[in-house]
Amino acid sequence: MSERQLVAGNIAVAMGALAAGCRHYFGYPITPQSDIPAYMSAELRKLGGTFIQAESEIASINMLLGASACGFRAMTSSSSPGISLKQEGISYMAGSELPGLIVNICRSGPGLGGIDASQADYFQSVKTGGHGGYRTIVVAPASVQEMYDLTILSFDLSDRYRMPALLLADSLVGQMKEALELKPYTLPSDLPAKEWAVTGKLWRSDQRIVKSLYLGEGELEQHNWKLWRRAEELKEKEQRSEGKYLDDAKLIVTGFGSAARIAKTAVEMAREAGMQVGFLRPITLFPFPEKAFAEATVSCKQLLCVELSTGQMVEDVRLSVARDAEVAFYGRPPGTGSLPTPEELFAQIQKHYGKGA
Amino acid sequence: MTHDVFMTGFGGQGVLMIGNLLAYAGILEGKNVSYYPSYGVEKRGGAANCMVMVSDAEIGSPVIGAPSAGIILNQASYDLNIARFKPGAFCLLNSSLIDEGALKRDDLATVRLPLNEMALELGDARLLNMIAVGCYAASCQSVSLDALKGALKKVLPERNHRFIPLNIQAIDLGAAQINKG
Amino acid sequence: MKTVFSRPASLKDVATHFCPGCQHGLIHRLVADAMDHFGVQQQTIGVASVGCSVFLYEYFDIDVVEAPHGRAPAVATGVKRARPESCVFTYQGDGDLAAIGTSEIIHAANRGENFTALFVNNTTYGMTGGQMAPTTLPGQRSLTSPEGRDVALDGYPMRMAEVIAALDGTAYSVRVAVNSPKNILAAGKAIKKAFEYQLENKGFAFVEVLSSCPTNWGMDALAANERVETEMIPYFNLGTFKERS
Repeated sequence: MSERQLVAGNIAVAMGALAAGCRHYFGYPITPQSDIPAYMSAELRKLGGTFIQAESEIASINMLLGASACGFRAMTSSSSPGISLKQEGISYMAGSELPGLIVNICRSGPGLGGIDASQADYFQSVKTGGHGGYRTIVVAPASVQEMYDLTILSFDLSDRYRMPALLLADSLVGQMKEALELKPYTLPSDLPAKEWAVTGKLWRSDQRIVKSLYLGEGELEQHNWKLWRRAEELKEKEQRSEGKYLDDAKLIVTGFGSAARIAKTAVEMAREAGMQVGFLRPITLFPFPEKAFAEATVSCKQLLCVELSTGQMVEDVRLSVARDAEVAFYGRPPGTGSLPTPEELFAQIQKHYGKGA
Repeated sequence: MTHDVFMTGFGGQGVLMIGNLLAYAGILEGKNVSYYPSYGVEKRGGAANCMVMVSDAEIGSPVIGAPSAGIILNQASYDLNIARFKPGAFCLLNSSLIDEGALKRDDLATVRLPLNEMALELGDARLLNMIAVGCYAASCQSVSLDALKGALKKVLPERNHRFIPLNIQAIDLGAAQINKG
Repeated sequence: MKTVFSRPASLKDVATHFCPGCQHGLIHRLVADAMDHFGVQQQTIGVASVGCSVFLYEYFDIDVVEAPHGRAPAVATGVKRARPESCVFTYQGDGDLAAIGTSEIIHAANRGENFTALFVNNTTYGMTGGQMAPTTLPGQRSLTSPEGRDVALDGYPMRMAEVIAALDGTAYSVRVAVNSPKNILAAGKAIKKAFEYQLENKGFAFVEVLSSCPTNWGMDALAANERVETEMIPYFNLGTFKERS
């Protein structure tokens, strides 16, 4: 076990990426994630990797596409408006079956909005913001340690399922500092070799082609079914969530990322007040932890979903719970002064507790 | 036990520095910690706030609506934030810059110290943050003074390590204000 | 018997989808010649763009990455930085490079990315059926300039070889044509040189090739060739605009 360090969430993402063997970073400055490129520019130079501050978000996602097509772990990071610009490239990466990490330290919108912590990019991330119908892995860290751990996991899942991975966080998790323990990383031995990566043909007689254009009769349909099967396998095997106090819960509070952090304190306040309140936090947003919600709502029929938006994840919660479960929603659309407090969420718990019994 | 403290002042007073210091001291003591900064749009002179949690248990929210301890270093931060604190909260006020005025609360465990003058007396106006954090730690005991001093090495850049003895002096001076009763 | 002419090894023995009289096939051959000349077929990664040249991988017997519309220089940047030992080229048309991808080509050149950029200028959007391109000549009719390009409304044709040459990061920038045997020989030389620049790590090398599009120009191949000579070359002067030693 390494010594614990006091590290900001954004830096933990960068450290996790380096630990996972990512040596290629492409990005464009935008608040509140600019400490990621700053860290990467210094470290990748030392490690002999690639750091490019690109001319645009569009260029940086396509540089990522190029480096990933070569078979290397590569990443970009940005914040909401920048992630919008990257959607074209993400769609092409998905269509071309390319792995790669896209970090979104989400800020408030729509439009230029503001720089405050926001979860309003849930739809864009989970339902995918680009064209054509595809899926990407989406993880939602709620702590500095998870910023590190889930960055590593994203690279592993992304390589395994050959689809881009999005890490969705915000300035609360990105700029807060917590104790980080660096765990040694070894590449999973069962990760498939990247036999699709372009290298130049070298000794091969066959070409390797990384592409998303399929014009042959029936070809594109088959390609889409292949991508779908992979997403289904991901849903079957890779759902992750954190649950607490679920066994006797009469009300389950749910949320992801920073909202879940705040909600967790509210749940503890409720427990101290003798209320049987549980906590369920999706760690992977795609695949959404449907099984955990179905299981938890066999006995508990009342949920409260908390988000830093007007309500997005709540739709997936409603799709995942037992049919007779009721899902209430409490949200604060992001903006300066709009971060809810644990006390505020506790008041919401009090409002909904016992209603569904 | 979870200790939370809200530190607020204007940019340049070293609020974020002592926030980091306190969090690192918590780590050195094997505790869970969180440090959450927030500041105005201006890099210098604008508001600078942070919230630090130190706990034996898992930390949920890194921000809390009604803090149970505070370090307030200037008037504007006092006016803006004093209403938030929990009744009974420990509140260190920098009396060099704060005239409590109309918002005065009598339900807080208030300590008033002329931090600017005390720092100047020690030889450097910039030491006011260290006096403040020493006073806070001695009072609230979220971390030991030794851990606080040990954390200086971790949070001060290498080039400033030569100032560590002076910073330790400032922490001790702050703590002495509580310990002298 | 001495072989004086054969299909380059880097080019596959397949029929192309190009229209009769289109010069993409000819330009493909010159690029393949260059790869053969330097013996880099097995080290080369081509970056295809969107437009008529999207099927690069059907014709070149090399590894290929397909880029989104206009983004080939950014994709090639990622490829070349990740695999600096490989030989990388992009192949883009005028809509791809000089309209939607202007930013990517300018900045790849300006960074001095060490790859070879081929730009085929035929003054039209061929794949989508002949709309006005950034290189469409004043007065030239197209699907989206039915009365002819009006510079007061549509601006002027962009001379990309000169634009690229003006950037400090560019090592080599040249404009050639393939409308005559003489011009083809000169084009072949320029393309080889552009590969040589890369293989010698000299930096960004750019070759603009004037090309005909008989289908969308509504001409036969010979007339189209003639148009290259009489209309295009007077506007897009052939020449070397940058040659860093």
